[in-house]
Amino acid sequence: MTSADGAGRLPAAFMTPGTPSFSDFLGSYAPDLLPGRRTPPSEQIEAPHGTTIVAVTFPGGVVMAGDRRATMGNVIAQRDIEKVYPADEYSCVGIAGAAGVAVELVRLFQVELEHYEKIEGTVLSLDGKANRLAMMIRGNLAMAIQGLAVVPLFAGYDLETGEGRIFSYDVTGGRYEEHAFHSVGSGSPFARGALKKLFRDDLQEVDAVTACVQALYDAADDDSATGGPDLSRRIYPVVAAVTAAGFRRMPDDEVGGIVDAVVAGRMAHPNGPQAPLR
Amino acid sequence: MTTPFYVPQEQVMKDKAEYARKGIARGRSVVVLQYVDGVLFVAENLSRALHKISEIYDRIAFAAVGKYNEFENLRQAGIRLADTRGYLYDRRDVTGRGLANAYAQTLGTIFTESSKPFEVEIVVAEVGDEAESDQIYRLTYDGSVSDEHGFVAMGGQAEQISTALEEHYSDGQPLGDMLRLAVDVLSTHGGQPGSPPRQLEANQLEVAVLDRTRPMRKFRRLVGPALEQIMTPAQQPQG
Repeated sequence: MTSADGAGRLPAAFMTPGTPSFSDFLGSYAPDLLPGRRTPPSEQIEAPHGTTIVAVTFPGGVVMAGDRRATMGNVIAQRDIEKVYPADEYSCVGIAGAAGVAVELVRLFQVELEHYEKIEGTVLSLDGKANRLAMMIRGNLAMAIQGLAVVPLFAGYDLETGEGRIFSYDVTGGRYEEHAFHSVGSGSPFARGALKKLFRDDLQEVDAVTACVQALYDAADDDSATGGPDLSRRIYPVVAAVTAAGFRRMPDDEVGGIVDAVVAGRMAHPNGPQAPLR
Repeated sequence: MTTPFYVPQEQVMKDKAEYARKGIARGRSVVVLQYVDGVLFVAENLSRALHKISEIYDRIAFAAVGKYNEFENLRQAGIRLADTRGYLYDRRDVTGRGLANAYAQTLGTIFTESSKPFEVEIVVAEVGDEAESDQIYRLTYDGSVSDEHGFVAMGGQAEQISTALEEHYSDGQPLGDMLRLAVDVLSTHGGQPGSPPRQLEANQLEVAVLDRTRPMRKFRRLVGPALEQIMTPAQQPQG
């Protein structure tokens, strides 16, 4: 990392005062390390894709959950992939789309937020983080056209207003704030339909987790690319909660308990809980 | 046209060192101490915005005295180096030793090649899983590095403070004791020579720890009520 000619001293680029953004710095120092700067493949290529992410707000925070399946065409590429990551202490990001590019983008986004925090001595606002992610997705547009689109879902706890907020994106980097709940990925139409019927604005954290697990179950029910809970292997959705206490990944046995209850309920009612007709 | 005077290299280096030392001695002091759960940094600093102590990476922190714009430049370069290395390889591959080396080379080159040396002295500390694997590197304006153990004092009254610390410091002490020791020696010896003794308050201090018991990012600033609480000695048990 140190320059060859200066015998180990920090390269001039490191000593130049300037941007608090890590990706901007990397873009000037080693642009080939940025996912968006590479030459996109000349034709569509097949690569593992991640599928469904859901997020639900509740008073005092937000819950995000993702199924564990990655698919490549008709093949299950991985059955225990992780698609929900902490972005920093007060936000998380879930990824749908080309898994390889998405994981790289998340790593870069995590460093980006931490780097800003260390250089500036203060954290970005939640909107600032959401905008930064939008710019990084925009940089990936050429790859998206070749079938390597990344469509994340971003959620966090807003320290200024004290509430959980959700942001969705399109492949061009458009950023949209979602209210109450949202879902992205191939199973999202089914998950969103389920959340519509399950969401209340006075949910407890554990209720919000249950709603997410129900929605993922419905997505897996109707979308072949979304994985349902794998009871024999004990592979459960990745669930994260972000509240005033910060990011918390729910331990597997806690999620397992909720999954077992949901699956037991489905034994009696395969279509899940029923919303009142009127 | 004038003929330049011949000045021996030895004299040039001596003058530069003298210049840098004077600059550093003007500033207030910083002490870095090991305590049972990590490394403690205490600086006398009235500013809330201009920090002398900073997080570099998961286990690594930085403390400096001297000219603010110069050590701020080094601090930012260090964060960039650490983040770039961690992104390129893995978070575990970012080490205090690597950073100390890069700083040493940089300061050394600036000292010999440019007409004005950096007027800074810095400490790079890395906290390990046990106290034995903690590392504290002290770097001076000319790029020399020393591997320290226990405590380091830098800045204006570094010598008097070191002497006082030598007398009272011992390994494996709790955070509260070490913080009170640091505040005591800074209060007694950190003022201008000949000035009356004083007592430093929480709002005149910048305090941070690298706490090995924390997950992932070990760096934490101690401010406000949390700091005051640790600074207050525990009540003596009654009876």
